[in-house]
Amino acid sequence: MKTNSHLQMRWMELLVAACFMGVSLLVITDSIRVGKAWGADGPEPGYFPFYIGCLLFGGAAWVILQTLRGWKQDDGEESFAQNHEFRLMLLMLIPSAAFTVSIYVVGIYLASLIFIAAFMVWQGKYSYLKSIAVGTGISAALFALFEIWFTLPLPKGWIETWLGF
Amino acid sequence: MVGLLIMDEINNLFQGFAVAMTLPNIGFMLVGIFLGVLIGVLPGLGGANGVAILLPLTFGMSPTSAIIMLSCIYWGALFGGAITSILFNIPGEPWSVATTFDGYPMAQKGKAAQALTAAFTSSFVGALVAVLMVTFLAPLVAKFALNFGPPEFFAVQLLTFASFIGMSKEPPVKTLMAMMLGFALAAVGLDSVTGTLRMTYGQESLLKGFDFLIAVIGLFGIGEILLTMEEGLAFKGHKGRISLKDVLETWKELPKYWATSLRACLIGCWMGVTPGGATPASFMSYGTAKRISKHPENFGKGAIEGVIAPETAAHAAGTSALLPMLTLGIPGSPTAAVLLGGLLIWGLQPGPLLFTEQKDFVWGLIASMYLGNIVGLIVVLTTVPWWAAILRIPFSIIAPVIVVICAVGAYTVHNSMLDVVMMLVFGLMGYAFKKLKYPLAPLVLALVLGDMAETSFRQSMLISKGSLEIFVSTPLAGSITVLALIMLMWPVLGFLKKFSRG
Repeated sequence: MKTNSHLQMRWMELLVAACFMGVSLLVITDSIRVGKAWGADGPEPGYFPFYIGCLLFGGAAWVILQTLRGWKQDDGEESFAQNHEFRLMLLMLIPSAAFTVSIYVVGIYLASLIFIAAFMVWQGKYSYLKSIAVGTGISAALFALFEIWFTLPLPKGWIETWLGF
Repeated sequence: MVGLLIMDEINNLFQGFAVAMTLPNIGFMLVGIFLGVLIGVLPGLGGANGVAILLPLTFGMSPTSAIIMLSCIYWGALFGGAITSILFNIPGEPWSVATTFDGYPMAQKGKAAQALTAAFTSSFVGALVAVLMVTFLAPLVAKFALNFGPPEFFAVQLLTFASFIGMSKEPPVKTLMAMMLGFALAAVGLDSVTGTLRMTYGQESLLKGFDFLIAVIGLFGIGEILLTMEEGLAFKGHKGRISLKDVLETWKELPKYWATSLRACLIGCWMGVTPGGATPASFMSYGTAKRISKHPENFGKGAIEGVIAPETAAHAAGTSALLPMLTLGIPGSPTAAVLLGGLLIWGLQPGPLLFTEQKDFVWGLIASMYLGNIVGLIVVLTTVPWWAAILRIPFSIIAPVIVVICAVGAYTVHNSMLDVVMMLVFGLMGYAFKKLKYPLAPLVLALVLGDMAETSFRQSMLISKGSLEIFVSTPLAGSITVLALIMLMWPVLGFLKKFSRG
């Protein structure tokens, strides 16, 4: 496999460790803000998180150092994901994100119907009829379970209002 | 004296059976087992996130019925993991990875029925031994823990986290980082001691902090779906059907392997009580069985011991993980952590007092562990073909349905859409962490225990006026702390050993 056809492990390693470091800085800054020392009536609120942040920072720094130290020996062969694998992952992630956004717009039941049916047509090459049938079935089952049986309201949209719920 | 104590426990247990044996509770048990096996079979849904998703549905139930149902989901998931491992070579759960090593070769040789029977039976045996241990040991531990003060509690929590670092298969530094991230996330929001806002950075939505249920659903559910999608799985499996003859024949054979089984039980119980969890237990047990076996060359080619060892240990560990959860409030596995979260939501304080104040609850749960595993064994033995059929449903249908289920589960925790968004973020995190070998279990445990650990730490510091010496000031706290430090130093010792050998 050529080096340019995959995401390199070492870059991802750095990226994630850098995110950890960012989080640790947020933790440390805020702990200092609320006080990390010994107050009049005992430890201040930042006392415990401060050390957590420091350990997190140390760990991230260690991982970054290790990755950089091994940079030369590692010729980028170790892969985090092959490009086609990563594409498949995105093909799941992006529709899921779109599904989440669409819940805001049309409510969870219609969003689920569309998401399931569209995914089936697009990824599974099912016929429209079959896909919509499965989507509707699942949505209806969810509706029966949550709205009617458990009476736990889920986010609804215009279609439920239109149907009179 | 000891005899009297045991009589006491047996008495309590019978009262527990009376609680668990009511009609509704048996119904919940059955529902739990079925849902659990389903969860265990489906990719992306596992014990931890399955229980997390269903937790909101139990808010209206009595705590006893709720815990019976949820723990039965857990047993069901433990059983279900074996089905996919053996028939499809796909571990439905991390703890059944070791079962694929010999289970799938057995299925390829046409011995799927034997492999499944052996797996289910060993799971049952492992669980039974662990429940017996819980029955008789838990009340003693609880009594003992009544004398614990904040330093002892913090020492035990320290031991929990230290043993994660010491025992983890993942790099120790990454285990530490995952854990610290969990603590940091747990600290976000209102500080319960002083009422100060921490790390919210002006975001009102962060006032409540991060809910571990959302994290669990995202990390384990969405993360797993993303990983499965990437592997582009096409499920191709062997036929699974078990006849009574298969069962009886396999059962006749099983007693021969009592020694393997016993070792697996011990490993499982140990790993469950110390928070190793079911997954490392299954691997350790498989490795030990292979090392001790007279025919190690058969392992990996369909040796029945290779199924017995990991399954027994996984179930024993999964079950005994509830012991520290009930007695000390420290869960031994991510799923136990979710159950612990459930206890808190139902308004029960886990810990030693639970055994004296909530007798019905505790003993109802323990009795349901016996019953649930018997019911589970019967259910899985008779219904294997169904579950195998579910896996033949193509991934392009299963995947969006599971995402929808996770989204619904995340939403119902607080009726908040923001949680659904958070779930996706945690999902992406779970995906990256899995690939880069950051372990998820310590993150979840730290997120659950964060507040408790911090409170006991701060209380100890208040008592000692800021001196760390308090953790070695009493023999009890001292010995636990020393044990924790040894655990913590374990990877360093290994490193030094390697270094000195050159």
